[in-house]
Amino acid sequence: MNAVGVDLKKLRAPALLLVLLLLLIALPHARPGYAVVLVYTILMYIVLTVSWVLFSAPTGYVSLAPAAFFGVGIYTSAILGMKLPLPVVICIGGLASAFLALLVGALTLRLKGIYFAIFTFGLVELIKHFVLWYELKYTGTRGRFLLPVGNNTIYYVMLAILVALLLTTYFIKRSKYGLALQSIGEDEEAAAHTGINVTLLKIITFAISAVFTGAAGAIWAIRLTYIDPYIAFDVNNSFMPVLMAIFGGLGQLYGPILGAVVFSFLREVLITRFPYYYMLLIGTILLVSILYLPNGLVGLIQRWRRRIWGGQHANT
Amino acid sequence: MPILEGEGVTKYFGGLAAVSNVDFYVDEGEIVGLIGPNGAGKTTLFNLISGALVPKSGVIRFQGANITGLKPHRICKMGIARTFQSVKVFANMPALENVMLGSLFGAPNSVAPAEAVREATALLDFVGLSAVGATPAKDLTLANQKRLEVARALATKPKLLLLDELMAGLNPTETAEAMALITRIRDQGITIFMIEHVMKAIMSVCDRIMVLHHGVKIAEGTPQEIATSKKVIEVYLGE
Repeated sequence: MNAVGVDLKKLRAPALLLVLLLLLIALPHARPGYAVVLVYTILMYIVLTVSWVLFSAPTGYVSLAPAAFFGVGIYTSAILGMKLPLPVVICIGGLASAFLALLVGALTLRLKGIYFAIFTFGLVELIKHFVLWYELKYTGTRGRFLLPVGNNTIYYVMLAILVALLLTTYFIKRSKYGLALQSIGEDEEAAAHTGINVTLLKIITFAISAVFTGAAGAIWAIRLTYIDPYIAFDVNNSFMPVLMAIFGGLGQLYGPILGAVVFSFLREVLITRFPYYYMLLIGTILLVSILYLPNGLVGLIQRWRRRIWGGQHANT
Repeated sequence: MPILEGEGVTKYFGGLAAVSNVDFYVDEGEIVGLIGPNGAGKTTLFNLISGALVPKSGVIRFQGANITGLKPHRICKMGIARTFQSVKVFANMPALENVMLGSLFGAPNSVAPAEAVREATALLDFVGLSAVGATPAKDLTLANQKRLEVARALATKPKLLLLDELMAGLNPTETAEAMALITRIRDQGITIFMIEHVMKAIMSVCDRIMVLHHGVKIAEGTPQEIATSKKVIEVYLGE
């Protein structure tokens, strides 16, 4: 391979991403209306999925807490939305979620495997019912209303959150901390004995991933216009990122993104076309993909690539 | 002054005293062997030193500093590295990255990534794995995985290296290579404390040997003294 070829190949991915970003920025001008709503819904699911992947994929700690972080963002927005400017509200939503993640992480990240998953799942229920109790006892109302803003504002805020998330994920993955997170997933005891402060690294990464989930919740709240604890802390928001990530494939960063795009698009189409059967269809698609695509869409792409380019074997 | 010393180190698992009131010391530059029948508490003692477990009572000092109950990553950074009885490599990561993690996180002073690559490459060469740096650790043979663990431990620039049954499961050629490796590590000025079942290896490599039985230290001395000790022979062969 010549030097120019290498340079071009290196530039290809960032160039492609830049074009994609420009297209996304231009979209509301070219296709206002439903397309904007559809795309920011997809962007929201990408944010949820990539935030989940940021922590759970390398470490192997399956977190079902996204709905809790998302809901905290939603409530931040509902409480502060009319008092503070939007960007501040989004930031506070993210920070509030991160604070919750720090707290929960410090308490529970010593739990391994299924115990951690169940605890985080319980957390969503706990906060949901706590908020419900609080609202009924102290505010006397179950839900809250939010002042709507334009679809384009929601769109651009969601896009900005996603870009920030992708940059963060990229730099963590490339840094030594990305390597350390992976080693925790491989063998936590060995990681600790190699000098890695496993507890601290897990808690901080968990909190970073919660920042983006919370921020997405804060802007999503405005789209919802009416929220109550059942809407804000919907457990579906915990399972969707996991499903989308697995559907896309966990190995590469583009896997979960692809999974979130395809899955949420599919979901949107199925809801509008087959409102009565859509859950059935989603379930079937999931079953089939788990059975036949153990490595997700990425696995499928890699299999095709191998068929075209021929196999590669390493020797020991 | 000993580099590592323990006083009255005790650890219970339920009602069982896995390690009971054990005193020990390792002098700088020594190779000390730790032997004993299965279940004698050897690995437990290593776990207590490396911070994987916290002793119920007793004190462990490293270079004069009390390290009892410190977290493993702190102890590693202070200069104690270890390998594991059942190999614990980062299976899906390339051998080189396994070792790099040691340089990046375990060394007393932080190391830049480029420097970590250089150190890891040199260490893979040192343990004889330079040909498989890009291979995922899980695809290496057992002997090579054990060497990889040694390289990863050395990457943390330890002053004391704990080797837990480095030679278990290796064939005679690999055992001989492992023995040579241990001597070369000592020649670099690193003190070694090793658990081993391969008697030939431990007798020829160690300066001093300590024997544990049912969590109690029953003998200590030069390889000759241990080989002829009536007590040790009784423990191993019965009366």
